[in-house]
Amino acid sequence: MEKFTSHTGTALPLRRSNVDTDQIIPAVYLKRITRSGFEDGLFAAWRGDPEFVLNQPDYAEVSILVAGPDFGTGSSREHAVWALTDYGFKVVLSSRFGDIFRSNSGKAGLLAAVVEQSAIEQLWSIVESDPSTEVTVDLADSVALAGRFSARIQIDDYTRWRLLEGLDDIDITLGHEADITSYETLRPSFKPMTQPSPQHRSGTGDSPIANALAQPG
Amino acid sequence: MPYPTLRTLVEKVWHEHVVRQAAQGEPDLLYVDLHLVHEVTSPQAFEGLRLGGRPVRRPDLTLATEDHNIPTIDIDEPIADPVSRAQVDALRANCAEFGVRLHSLGDVDQGIVHVVGPQLGLTQPGMTVVCGDSHTSTHGAFGALAFGIGTSEVEHVLATQTLPQTRPKTMAVTVNGQLPPDVTAKDLVLTLIAQETTGGGQGYVVEYRGAAIESLSMEGRMTICNMSIEWGAKAGLIAPDDTTFAYLQGRPHAPTGADWDAAIDYWRTLVTDVDATFDREVSIDATTVKPFVTWGTNPGQGVALGGKVPDPGDFNTDDERAAAGRALRYMGLTAGTPMRDIAVDTVFVGSCTNGRIEDLRAAADIMRGHKVAGSVRMLVVPGSARVRLQAEDEGLDIIFKDAGAEWRGAGCSMCLGMNPDQLAPGQRSASTSNRNFEGRQGKGGRTHLVSPLVAAATAVAGHLAAPADLPARV
Repeated sequence: MEKFTSHTGTALPLRRSNVDTDQIIPAVYLKRITRSGFEDGLFAAWRGDPEFVLNQPDYAEVSILVAGPDFGTGSSREHAVWALTDYGFKVVLSSRFGDIFRSNSGKAGLLAAVVEQSAIEQLWSIVESDPSTEVTVDLADSVALAGRFSARIQIDDYTRWRLLEGLDDIDITLGHEADITSYETLRPSFKPMTQPSPQHRSGTGDSPIANALAQPG
Repeated sequence: MPYPTLRTLVEKVWHEHVVRQAAQGEPDLLYVDLHLVHEVTSPQAFEGLRLGGRPVRRPDLTLATEDHNIPTIDIDEPIADPVSRAQVDALRANCAEFGVRLHSLGDVDQGIVHVVGPQLGLTQPGMTVVCGDSHTSTHGAFGALAFGIGTSEVEHVLATQTLPQTRPKTMAVTVNGQLPPDVTAKDLVLTLIAQETTGGGQGYVVEYRGAAIESLSMEGRMTICNMSIEWGAKAGLIAPDDTTFAYLQGRPHAPTGADWDAAIDYWRTLVTDVDATFDREVSIDATTVKPFVTWGTNPGQGVALGGKVPDPGDFNTDDERAAAGRALRYMGLTAGTPMRDIAVDTVFVGSCTNGRIEDLRAAADIMRGHKVAGSVRMLVVPGSARVRLQAEDEGLDIIFKDAGAEWRGAGCSMCLGMNPDQLAPGQRSASTSNRNFEGRQGKGGRTHLVSPLVAAATAVAGHLAAPADLPARV
């Protein structure tokens, strides 16, 4: 993941609350098995409406999304984050995020930062009266700036650190592999397995699935 | 941060799974007991493993099934949509390459991932269960800590069998008294979400408790926990009890012999300590809950079936007024219309919320001796192939087919617009699924969330209705 310290760009005012991930990208766009190209599904239903804010030429180059409360609720689809980043968004600001969306953003390098609703409304006014206004979101200083406007941004310490350092979660966790292995030795024997453990598998070349089905429980 | 000595259920389960205790401000590293996988949120995760040269750490704690993309008719033929077929094929190839057990379309254990896990006895009290699907909260009905994750986290769990997690806040939802007849777990949870709004549970793991919860079957408890995500909660769970143990005993992956006794001894400790405190407490009087349906485009926009479409002007904030106005325009509804006057053209019974055997029995019981209204198409979609077989054993398929409903194979079906079962633009459904978002059941489709009882009565009446509204059986 690339390091994220600060981003400056123009901003899209999305005056809607409860924008669920089905609105960010409808299910029909989730069938790809690659990791790119999801921008075509971004707000797909709403982009059919010529009046939709993202269709306005003034907002053609935006990279910061300023959304109403409860942005990214609903489905766990990380495709919602990919649709935003593939389109060119680097930052989403809202007074409240769906949990899974917020977590997914942190993994995929999109800064999802909480800003008070009063500040969101000020930002909406600023970028609606002048869409070319440059907005800076500075993660190192935890602040969003637009001209004389400034507001604190909030993000949990761990995600902030990972974004600032551009760290990959799996690498961090595998640094603790000894802890994982030691935990595994203490798991109770009654906990279920979906198929025989790899270390107990026979070397006959039998399908582990077939083995599991032949010996339920 | 040390734990208090007195613990809530979720704190006990959490504590049992800490692989590495975090320093201040860091997440704990939690062990995952069961990782469920489906075709939509996994391909990029497996690709990440390949690129990193990493194996699946614990294929023996991982299970995959095909549910979102698949058709529910002609399942012995190749999937017609080439893009859906490619995604299902990718899952099959990935599971073969990485040694993950997969239940494919046509397999007797195929079905919606959240129906299959419990039915196999793989979901047990005190476990941690994750899946790249927000309705993973379903498994909380067994006293497991179960939550949905994104694709990056799917890759993380495949590679490490763990997840870094920040300790959530705790909430108790206490449901006192008993639900009236013809009022179901679905009505209860829709009532709760309307009361608390879609963001009300955000940041919390919720424990559902009280007399009404204790009286629910496992199926009803799964319906409640399933919809925890619809009011923003990270997870929902219910303390295991004799109802839980009776459901589990004898299932293919339930413990046996001495393991069963050891498990029961442990499971009985999985209750919130008497004097433990929650960060927030909510209570509901079950006796006042009525059949409940949604009028809007999020699960919190609901009203009693006996009520009316609300007037956007009656809401408290500008934001709520705007949201209600937009929802009514999308839904094609006029404020003040009695909910019972709303005619539907489609009824869907199924999904991970209400696609289990008890749901099908309840709907069939209403349909027996009735006909689906001429203006209505009714789809009945079992949550799994085994639910379908059991329903057929009990003759439920005959009741549905005699009434004029379509009896289908197992899958997510019309819960989401990803497979051939979709609403056309402007069509209106009464649906036992979990989300009434714009376009959720197909572009331009309009969804009213309902219980299986209301779904069945609505199919017969042609408009939103309760069983008591129906004429005497023919």
